[in-house]
Amino acid sequence: MPVSKELIQGLERRANGLRCDVVKMCHYAGSGHPGGSLSAADMVAALYFHFMRLDTKNPKWEDRDRFIMSKGHACPVQYAALSRRGFFPEEVLWTLRKLESPLQGHPDMKSTPGLDMTSGSLGNGLSIGAGMALGARIPKKGFRVYVMLGDGELQEGLVWEGAMAASHFKLDNLTALVDYNKLQIDGENKDVMGLEPLVGKWQQFGWHTVEIDGNNMTQVVAAIEEAQATKGKPTCIIAHTVKGKGVSYMECAAEWHGRAPTGEELERALCDLGEKGGKA
Amino acid sequence: MADRITLQSAYGEALKDLGSKYTNLVVLDADLSKITQTVHFGKAFPDRFFNVGIAEQDLMGITAGLATTGMIPVAHTYACFATMRACEQVRTFIAYPHLNAKIVAMSAGIEEGWSGVTHQAIEDMAIMRTLPNMTVVAPSDAFLTKKATEAIIRHQGPVYMRLGRNAFPVIYDEKVSFTLGKAIPLKEGKDVTLIACGIMVEKALRAAEILEKEKIAARVLDMHTIKPLDGGAVLDAAKETGALVTAEDHLVASGLGGAVAEFLAAHWPAPLERIGLQDTFGETGAPDQLFEKYGMTEKHIAEAARRAIGRKK
Repeated sequence: MPVSKELIQGLERRANGLRCDVVKMCHYAGSGHPGGSLSAADMVAALYFHFMRLDTKNPKWEDRDRFIMSKGHACPVQYAALSRRGFFPEEVLWTLRKLESPLQGHPDMKSTPGLDMTSGSLGNGLSIGAGMALGARIPKKGFRVYVMLGDGELQEGLVWEGAMAASHFKLDNLTALVDYNKLQIDGENKDVMGLEPLVGKWQQFGWHTVEIDGNNMTQVVAAIEEAQATKGKPTCIIAHTVKGKGVSYMECAAEWHGRAPTGEELERALCDLGEKGGKA
Repeated sequence: MADRITLQSAYGEALKDLGSKYTNLVVLDADLSKITQTVHFGKAFPDRFFNVGIAEQDLMGITAGLATTGMIPVAHTYACFATMRACEQVRTFIAYPHLNAKIVAMSAGIEEGWSGVTHQAIEDMAIMRTLPNMTVVAPSDAFLTKKATEAIIRHQGPVYMRLGRNAFPVIYDEKVSFTLGKAIPLKEGKDVTLIACGIMVEKALRAAEILEKEKIAARVLDMHTIKPLDGGAVLDAAKETGALVTAEDHLVASGLGGAVAEFLAAHWPAPLERIGLQDTFGETGAPDQLFEKYGMTEKHIAEAARRAIGRKK
């Protein structure tokens, strides 16, 4: 299906808005993980503002599509998407990581409206997503499950247990999205614990794969459409991204994995993103 | 000698029977379905049975995911792997979100016998008991296991239930009833209370017989739910008998003995002796040889009762 220019541009604006939210949230929290939130923003925007069937009035609607942020530290971008989609007011975003906030430091499904799964301990999301996808099959529900994986967390063995199971059970309603920004806390993946050949690994595990530029909205939308159309096996979208995407001084910088911007840095970040002097 | 039936055979039968009544019951196994006896459920309800292979962390992750969709998943494997290999998956993705998922684990305790330490879970109740939101159950015989099975499925929230490996002596009959968190009084007594769970309940009953010959009247409680502990029953025992003994096929630290010790320290300090493994691993051997070597027979429970009575003020 041809994708309209308007749709792509609209989603790009959404992604940019999420990025602005992310840097503000981390600044007000005084901590958090901007780098991996910014790299994933385009995929999160496409899912929450185009693909996922949700009901903000009934967040626990049992036929809704599910999203698991397996790389749970990137929750600021998911929280921003949930808020902008209408699950809770914007002002809640600025309570991230504060005592009794519904926005915990890592995702807690019991605290945040619209959040489908607790996460944050790396390597767990794919197995859980496989369980959800099986849950869709038993009473013949039509919902889809999306799991966002970090590249670093692919070093966890459990990811591959989940990959094996999803393929064995032919979970074509399950899509994994690898936010392949090449960086983890101690540096580049290839120096810490190499992942390549990554596309081949997923294929050997029995998955359909799509390799894209994960910061190119046209490619993101096309890849998710391809995943939806793929039958008989799960799809993994290996999305090459830029960590810190959109904020000049955060791009490709491992030190912005888990650091909050200062006031001055926030101003610069918002300028880079095209939102002038915008404090919340 | 009393009849002996494995808890798993009773459990497997109960699970299959419950499959028609609870249409959202889903059973997961990790390549042990013939041992855990989930194979019967699997044959009856193939659409609701998933063997995930030898992958216990994955087992718990899939279980968690299923629970979020409104299913009642029950995960099965050996107790060692359920509580240690997959400990974090149980803690963070089942207990923390308070999911309605059940874990039923086999080969708990040194009763497992011949396979040795790698397959003898002696820490499982301690680990599960410390997790917020988790309920911990250790039934003592086949009839109680059947009743416990429906009780844990009806309970809203995560449950860990430990079963053994070999045949357990029969204590009850089909009339027994099971209420989560409510100990079963098996024998009245005023001098000492023996609180036991799992395979040790029958040994506690035998210990009470030994003590009876010495004119010591021992109360016996089947504390099948380790968490939430039946505090009322423990408090009554402390007040009315003044001395207590716990008996479990598990480390005395943080299991049933630990739970009772914590409760008594907070509510009614009283002499307590704890039978079980004393900060040691087990080893390979026949269960009865192991129980003898590690001080876990009816004789040892009776001795502990005399010590506890001797400490009364």
